[in-house]
Amino acid sequence: MAQQTPLHASHIAAGARMVDFAGWDMPVNYGSQIEEHHAVRRDAGMFDVSHMLALDLEGADAKAFLRGLIANDVAKLTESGKALYSCMLNEQGGVIDDLIVYFLSDTSYRIVVNAGTADKDVAWMQQRLAATGTQAKLCVRRDLAMIAVQGPNARAKTWAALPGAEAASAGLKVFQAAAFGDIFIARTGYTGEHGFELTLPVAKAAATWDALAAAGVKPCGLGARDTLRLEAGMALYGNDMDESVSPLDAGLAWTVDLKDESRDFVGRAALVAKSASKQTLGLILEDKGVLRSHQKVIAAQGEGETTSGTFSPTLEKSIALARLPLGVAAGDAVEVEIRGKRLKARVVKAPFARNGKALA
Amino acid sequence: MSTPANLRYTASHEWVRVEADGTLTIGITDHAQEALGDVVFLELPEAGRVVAQEEAIAVIESVKAASDIYAPVAGEILEANQAAVDAPEAVNADAYAAWLFKIKPANAADVDGLLDAAGYEASIG
Repeated sequence: MAQQTPLHASHIAAGARMVDFAGWDMPVNYGSQIEEHHAVRRDAGMFDVSHMLALDLEGADAKAFLRGLIANDVAKLTESGKALYSCMLNEQGGVIDDLIVYFLSDTSYRIVVNAGTADKDVAWMQQRLAATGTQAKLCVRRDLAMIAVQGPNARAKTWAALPGAEAASAGLKVFQAAAFGDIFIARTGYTGEHGFELTLPVAKAAATWDALAAAGVKPCGLGARDTLRLEAGMALYGNDMDESVSPLDAGLAWTVDLKDESRDFVGRAALVAKSASKQTLGLILEDKGVLRSHQKVIAAQGEGETTSGTFSPTLEKSIALARLPLGVAAGDAVEVEIRGKRLKARVVKAPFARNGKALA
Repeated sequence: MSTPANLRYTASHEWVRVEADGTLTIGITDHAQEALGDVVFLELPEAGRVVAQEEAIAVIESVKAASDIYAPVAGEILEANQAAVDAPEAVNADAYAAWLFKIKPANAADVDGLLDAAGYEASIG
């Protein structure tokens, strides 16, 4: 039996087409995925992301623990509410999960992890807490729901829906959060648009969803979430990286912070010992068809593989992220094998689209 | 979801219309287009191709996924619908108007083995 989020009944009432996603019964669309995609690029859309898991880490050693747990360095977070995107690595330098950490104080952090990896993440963190003798406690917050409101008009419509929220969140920078009563408002997202991610008590979820809908925010499913994140060049755990892939090969070197040589995070030794062996770049299909994950890419320098592919509603072409041999560069012509045929594609730098505009 | 009573169906979600001259016009069902979501690409068989029953002869891709389309009966492809290739969203707009290809069946009686509307609806539960 698939798990249900606190907004499950709202999705059913709205006529959503539901699918199993990482053990959760989630809306894939409410009619047209393409219309939902455009709503986010052009106006405002919202996603139920309550299947993702919020964790609170509190205690005297919280900061030191996180500096050893993840590949990015939480020491650079000094302003209240500031957030950091990072990979959590295993000893071999593979990605256990990608996550966002919010800095509340040196002794208090909120971490948001993926749904499909939540159980193993918590187990790994608990094991690390015990092994390192850390003075900090990890609290699993399944009592919270999460709604992502995204698009050029997302913030204004959120403020219209939640009286008082504007004063609490108008001054937030990108990747910064603040408390508004019992709602945690973060200027984060997974679409390449401006907007908020709201973390709130389960009991408030349905009423907040309805208020946002009444303010003109369009409910959007996981289908649009995937095309939006791929256009924005954002990696999806399980597709673009996993425990066998180094963040250096997955296009996530920018999230790995090696500056403080005394910071010995899990996976550091493996990353230092083995520099990038591949690179992740974007592809735009020039022939007709649709790129999908795990298609073979043939470049002058050798073979590669697509890790995520889809039809881009903004570009009206098919796009992909691909793991390619070193030496392949933006502008190169490559071929992708689809059902035994070789189709022409062009290598580009992701993102493909952001803030309502096609970039590639 | 609609399942017109004047058509025949396959369990793999093709609809088949028997024309006055005995040729067959084929598309995918309303149920199938709804399950696929926004259709963005069609790869259809060329005229003259001889196909076997249940052979995968066309591909339909939505934003979400790629699916094969099968020949409901053995025969020869007479024509593919270029208008649908040029505007694949027509399949979502009206799955029964957006036909995909026409077949001259090798054996006209093969059509009798296909599902009727009630049988198709039962097959999709």
